[in-house]
Amino acid sequence: MALAFLPALARMAVCGGTHGNELSGVYVVQEMERQRKEKGADTWPIPITTLLSNPQAVKECRRYIDTDMNRCFNRATLSSPIADSSAYEVRCAQELNNLLGPKGSTDATDMICDLHNTTSNMGLTLIHYTSNDWVTLHICKYLQTKITKVPVRVLVLDFPISDAYNLESVSKHGFTIEVGPQPHGVVRADIYIVMKEAVDLTIDWIHKFNSGMVFEGGDVEAFKFIKSVDYPRDPETRSLTAAIHPQLQDKDFCLLKRGDPLFFTFSGETVKYEEDETLHPFFINEAAYYEKASCVKDDPGLVIEAGKEGRDAAPAVLWPLRLDRACTN
Amino acid sequence: MEAVALPELSRVAVCGGTHGNELSGVYLVRERLKRREDGTEPVSVVTVMSNPRATQLCVRYIETDLNRCFTRAALSAPISETSPYEMIRSQELNALLGPKGSAQAVDLLCDLHNTTANMGLCLISYSDRDWICLHICKHLQREMASAPVRYVHFDIPLNEAYSLDSVGKHGFAMEIGPQPHGVVRSAIFSAMQEGVQLMLDWICQFNSGTLFEGGSVDVYTMVKNVDYPRDPETHTITAAVHPHLQDRDFCLLHPGDPMFLSFSGETLRYKGKEALYPFFINEGAYYEKGVALSLARKRRVEIPSVRSETLR
Repeated sequence: MALAFLPALARMAVCGGTHGNELSGVYVVQEMERQRKEKGADTWPIPITTLLSNPQAVKECRRYIDTDMNRCFNRATLSSPIADSSAYEVRCAQELNNLLGPKGSTDATDMICDLHNTTSNMGLTLIHYTSNDWVTLHICKYLQTKITKVPVRVLVLDFPISDAYNLESVSKHGFTIEVGPQPHGVVRADIYIVMKEAVDLTIDWIHKFNSGMVFEGGDVEAFKFIKSVDYPRDPETRSLTAAIHPQLQDKDFCLLKRGDPLFFTFSGETVKYEEDETLHPFFINEAAYYEKASCVKDDPGLVIEAGKEGRDAAPAVLWPLRLDRACTN
Repeated sequence: MEAVALPELSRVAVCGGTHGNELSGVYLVRERLKRREDGTEPVSVVTVMSNPRATQLCVRYIETDLNRCFTRAALSAPISETSPYEMIRSQELNALLGPKGSAQAVDLLCDLHNTTANMGLCLISYSDRDWICLHICKHLQREMASAPVRYVHFDIPLNEAYSLDSVGKHGFAMEIGPQPHGVVRSAIFSAMQEGVQLMLDWICQFNSGTLFEGGSVDVYTMVKNVDYPRDPETHTITAAVHPHLQDRDFCLLHPGDPMFLSFSGETLRYKGKEALYPFFINEGAYYEKGVALSLARKRRVEIPSVRSETLR
C-alpha cells in the first residue's frame, strides 16, 4: 500500500461545553487547565488551546442560550453580519472561528477535538463530517486499538465542508468525541475517564506522528449517517405518543431489520420498523433531539427528516474505508 | 398489634410534571387525561399536570423549584403578578387539592417523579407511621416484579414539609430512576404505570372493606446530605461520585469506602463514623442544591392490620 506523507500537526484545540450541559468535556477542559497551571507550558508535547466553547450555557448548565452552537459553523452563519439581535451562539461561533480558524484557510488550527456527551448508549463514538481526512481516520483507528473499556466506533456524516455546521469543521482536521450514556447535567466518573483517555491518546498519536513514526494503513470500519426517524406524535399537540421500544432502547449500532420493534406506545402497542433496508440505529433516545432545531431541515446536504421537533433513532450503514500508511513529510 | 380502622380514601390525586423534565409522570398524566381516567367508585381520582409551563418547555422549573413551595410559609405568603410563577402555582394547587392540613384536602396525593439516580421505585414520605402509605408500599413490594420498591422517610414536621405530596391527608412522591431528565424510557414509564395502578387497586380494595394484614416494612430515614468537593474560590466541583459508589443506591456505605474520584485521579473516602445507606446518588438536579448524595438509616417498622372504617 502507498505511503502518504502529510504535514505535521502544529496546533491543537480541545473544546468542552459546546453544549453547556454535556459535562464530561467541561471537566476535562477544567482539569487540563489545572494541569497547565501546575506544570507550565510543557504539559503537553504540542501547543494545545483549551477552552469552553459556550461559557454562558456552561454557567447555566443548559444546552444553549439562544440557539444550538454546534449548528452555527456552516459558511452562511459564520459570515452573517452581527447585529444587537444576533443569537449569543452566533456571536460565539464567529469569535471561535477567528480564534481557531478561519475555517477553510491555511491559518486554521490543525486539529479540534470537540467534547460531547449523549444520553444514548453509544460508548465512545468519533464523529467526523468527511471520509477523506486520513489524519482523523488514523487517529480513530489508533483509539480503536488502544481503548478497551468501551466500544469505539467511527461515524461519518459525509457532507461538504462549507455545509458542515459543527465546531470541528473549523480546523484542518478534527472530530467530535462523543461519549455516552450520561444524563445531561450529570458527570459520571466512568464516562469522564473514557473521554480523558480519548483526548490523551489523541495527543499521544499526534506527538508520535509529528516525530516521524509511520502508521500502518489498513481498513477502518465506519458508520455513515443515512437518515433520522422521528417519534410517532399526536397530530394536534405534537406530543409524543410512544417511547423507544424496550427491545431497541440502549441497542445503539446493533442491526435494525424490517419487522423489529421500534416504538412502544403509552397505551401499550408495539410499532415496528417497516423499511426494507437493514440499518444500524444510533443516537437512540438522545434527550436533546426531542426538540431539534428546524434550521437543520433546510440544509440540502443532510438527509434529516426533522419536523418542528426533531429526530431520535438515526440509522446508519456500516462501511469499510481503506487507509494508506501515514507519516509526516 | 390490633387491627386499625381508618377512614376510607374517597378522593385521590395523581400529579405529574411537578418538575417539567421528569417525563414518566408527564406522559402518565397525559395518558390518563386523554383516556379520561377519573376512576370509578369507590374512589374518585383527579389527575393534574402540576407545572404546565415547565412541562411545555421541558425544564425542571421556570423561576423556582415548585416542589419546595408547599411549606406553610410559602402557601400563605402574599402573592402578586410579579411573584415567581411557581409560588403562584403552588397556591393554586393548594386551593385545588388542599388546603394543606384541612378536612377538605384530598385523602391521598401521589406525586410522580424521576431521578437520574439508580433508585428503582421509592415512595418518599414525611411520615414513618402513616399506615396507609406503609401498606401501599408493602403492596407494591409484593406485587411489582419490574423494579425494587423502597420506602424513604424525611423526618420533617408538616408545617415545614415543602413538597406537593404534603398537601394531601396522606401523600408520597413516587420516585423512579434511573432516567435522564428530558428523556422517556419505556421500561421506566411502564414501571410507573404499574406502580400507580397497584396503588389505586389497593385503595379500591381498602375502601371496599378488605382487611390488610400487618407485618413489617424497612424504612430508610434521611440523616444528612453530602455535597461534592468544590474549589474554594470558584465553587465548581472538583470530583465526581466514585465509580464504586455510582449506581449503588441503598447499598451500605461504610467509613473508609470510596466516595468521590477527583478529576485529577484521587480517591476521596467517606469520613463519617456511622455506616449509612446512600440514595439520590448523582441526581442531576441536586448539583445546584449542593447535594451529591443523601444518607439514610434503615430500620424495620412494624405496621398493624388495617381496614376502612365503613365496615360491610
